[in-house]
Amino acid sequence: MKTSHRARGTALAVVATAALTSCGSSSGPAADGTVTLSFLVDNSQATVDTAKALTDAFMQANPKIKIETETRPGGSEGDNIVKTRLSTGEMSDVLWYNSGSLLQALNPAQSLVDLTGDPVLANVQKDFLPVVSQSGKAYGVPAGTAMGGGILYNRKVYEKLGLEVPKTWDAFMANNEKIKAAGITPVISTFKDTWTSQLFVLGDFYNVQAAAPTFAQDYTAGKAKFATTPAALAGFQHLADVHAKGYLNEGFGSAIADQGLKMLVEGKGAHYPMLSAMLPPMVASTPQAATDVGFFGVPGTDPAKNGATIWEPAGLYIPKSTKNLEAAKKFLAFVASPAAAEAVNKVVQPAGPYRIQGAKLPDDAIQVAKDLQAYVDEGRTAPALEFLSPVKGPSLEQITVAVGSGLTPPAEGAAQYDKDVEKQAKQLGLAGW
Amino acid sequence: MTKQAAGLRTGPGQAGKQQGHARASRKRQRAAYPYTLYLPAAVVYLVIFLVPTVMAFYFALTRWTLFDSTFVGLDNFRDFFAEQNLRIGFVNTLFYAVVTSGLKVVLGLLLGVLLTSKLRLRGFLRSVVFFPVLVSTVAVGITFSALLRPDTGLVNRSLALFGIDGPDWLGDANTALLSVALVDVWKGVGFATVIYIAGILSIPRDYYQAVAVDGGGAWHRFRHVTLPLSWPATYSVIILSFIGGLRSFDLIWTMTRGGPGFTSDTIASIIYKQYQAGFFGLSTAGNVILFVVVTAIVVPLNYFLGKRQVAV
Repeated sequence: MKTSHRARGTALAVVATAALTSCGSSSGPAADGTVTLSFLVDNSQATVDTAKALTDAFMQANPKIKIETETRPGGSEGDNIVKTRLSTGEMSDVLWYNSGSLLQALNPAQSLVDLTGDPVLANVQKDFLPVVSQSGKAYGVPAGTAMGGGILYNRKVYEKLGLEVPKTWDAFMANNEKIKAAGITPVISTFKDTWTSQLFVLGDFYNVQAAAPTFAQDYTAGKAKFATTPAALAGFQHLADVHAKGYLNEGFGSAIADQGLKMLVEGKGAHYPMLSAMLPPMVASTPQAATDVGFFGVPGTDPAKNGATIWEPAGLYIPKSTKNLEAAKKFLAFVASPAAAEAVNKVVQPAGPYRIQGAKLPDDAIQVAKDLQAYVDEGRTAPALEFLSPVKGPSLEQITVAVGSGLTPPAEGAAQYDKDVEKQAKQLGLAGW
Repeated sequence: MTKQAAGLRTGPGQAGKQQGHARASRKRQRAAYPYTLYLPAAVVYLVIFLVPTVMAFYFALTRWTLFDSTFVGLDNFRDFFAEQNLRIGFVNTLFYAVVTSGLKVVLGLLLGVLLTSKLRLRGFLRSVVFFPVLVSTVAVGITFSALLRPDTGLVNRSLALFGIDGPDWLGDANTALLSVALVDVWKGVGFATVIYIAGILSIPRDYYQAVAVDGGGAWHRFRHVTLPLSWPATYSVIILSFIGGLRSFDLIWTMTRGGPGFTSDTIASIIYKQYQAGFFGLSTAGNVILFVVVTAIVVPLNYFLGKRQVAV
C-alpha cells in the first residue's frame, strides 16, 4: 500500500516535470522528402500580406517545400518573443525581423546563420547589406520594400484649399492654419498606438543630418545629445507646436493607427505623420487611398535642403537552431530575387523602392510610393537614425506622447530621451558611456 | 467546538487524557502517511516558483541579454531608482491600491448587506454582482476601452443625452488612472461582496434579535452588529485587494499601457516596459524591489489588522 502511494506520487511528479519541459520542438524532413519550414512574421497587415504572397509563390515553384507561417505581435512585445525564442532554441526556421538597431540586439553572431558570401545574397543591393550586418558579417535578405517616414497628406484637401506641398516647417504650419479654418483636422495623431507618436522626431532625421552631418557617429559615441543639438531638438519642438496650436484631432489620446488612416483617406484629416508602408493595406477597402494620399518628408528650416527620411525594409533571417538549413536558404534566395518582387506586386502595393537588383515598382504604383521614389531618384533621402546607430532608447514613444499631449515641455522631453538612450547604451555595454 | 467544551466540563481529568492520547496517536499515524503525495505539488512549486525566485535575486545583479549575463553588482538597482518616472509610478501604485481597495470595501459591504437581506431575485442578483469576476481581465480591459472612447463610446454617448460633454477618459492624463481604477472596482467588487456575504451570514442571529428586543432599527443593526462583526471579512477584503492593487498590471496595460506619456504608469508597468526593452537584469531588479515593497507594506498591515481582529 505504502509503496504504491509512493510510486503513484513519483509517477505524478515525473509526468508533471515532463509536461513542463516538453514544450514543442521543430522537426526535420519527413519520409517522403517534403520539408516543412516554419516562418515567423509580425502581425501587421502589410507584413502578413507580403509574407503570404512570398510563400504562395515559393511553394508553387517548390512543391517539395511547405511553409507554415505563424504571426507574433509587433513592437517591443514582439521583440521579446523573438529574443526569448532565439535564446531557448525554439525559433522557427525563418524569421521576419527588423533590420538596423533592433537586429543588433538579437546578438546575430550567436543566434543567426551567417550568410556572408552566400549565393543567397547575390541579388541584394550592396548598400542594403550594412543594416543586416554585424562586424562585417551579413545575416539577412530584404523583405518587402523600403518605406518613407514623414507626412502622409490628403491630396484632395490640398487641391480643394489650393495648398502647396510645404518645403519648410513654417510653410507647413501656415498650411495647417488654413486647413483648420476650413473645418478639417490639420494633423492626425493616434497616441493609443504609442509608436505612431515618434514620427515627428524619427522622421526628422533627414533634417538633422543635413544640419549636423556627424550626428549619428557622435550620438553612438555618446558625444551628441538630442537636447543640446538644436536640429535634433526641433523634432520634439514640432511635436509640441502642433498640439499647442490645437491642430490635433479630438480624442487623439485614445485613437489608434487604423482610425487615423481612415480619417486621412476620407479627408477628415489633412496630415498624418506616418510610415508610408501603413497605406497599401488600406487600398483594398478604400481604393482612393492609392490616389488621394501623397507623401512628403518632414519639412525643416531650409527650403533648399528639403528631403525625406527612409526606413530600410525588414530582413529575413535563419536562426542557428534550424534543422532545415538548405530549404530555408532556398526560400531566402527566392525572396531576394526580382521574381519575388513581382509576386508581391500582384498582391500588395509596394510602399517604396525595392532593395533587390532588377526589381521594379509596377506602373500603377500608389501615389505614396511614386512620391517617395522621386525623393530617392533625386538623392534627397537619408536612412533613419536607427539604421546608422545601434542606440535607440526604448521609452521614446512614451516621451513623444507626453510631449505631443502637452504634458512635458519639448526641451525636457529631449533631455528625458537622452537619459533613456544612456540607459540603453549602458545595457548594451557600448564604449564611451 | 461546543461539543468538546461540554465533554471537558463533565469529566475534566480522564476525558482530557484520553483526548490527548488520541491526538498523539493520530499525529503519529499522519506522519506515517506518505509524504510522497505532497511531491507533485512540491515539484511544481519548486520548479516554477522557488527556483525562479532564487534565480531572480541573482539575475537582478547582472546585465542580462537572455543570451549571456555579466555581473554588474548593484548597478541595476541604482539605474532603477534613477528611472525618471519611478516617482510617478510609486505614487500611482499607492493611489491605485488605496482607491480600489477602499471602494471595494465600501461597495462590497453595502452590496453584501443588500444581498443578505430578504430580497426578491436574491440569487439572481448575487450572480449578477459576481459575474464580472469570472470574465477575463484582458477582455474587460478591451471592452471598457471601447465603451470609454471619446466620440463613439457608450459612456460618452449616454452622458451626451444629459448634455454632458464627457472627457477622453483614457487619453486624458487627468482621468486615465482613475478610469482604470473604477473599472478595476467594477470587476473586483463581486469578489469582495461574496466575502462579505459569507461574513455577514456567519454572524449569529441572536445579536439581531437582541437589537430588535431593545427596539433598535435597521441602522442600529448595521452600525452595532453587522459592521463590527463582519470585521474579519473587511480584513480579508482589504488585504486581498490591497495586494492586488499594488501588483496591478493587466488592466492598466490593456487599457492605457501606462499612458498617456507616463501618467498612469505603475511599478508593475514600468518593470514590464523595461523587460520589453530587453533590459532583463534591470527589470528583474525592479521585480525584487517590488517584492520588497509589497512585503514591507503588507506584513505590517496584516499584523495591524490581525490585532484588531482579536480585539473585537
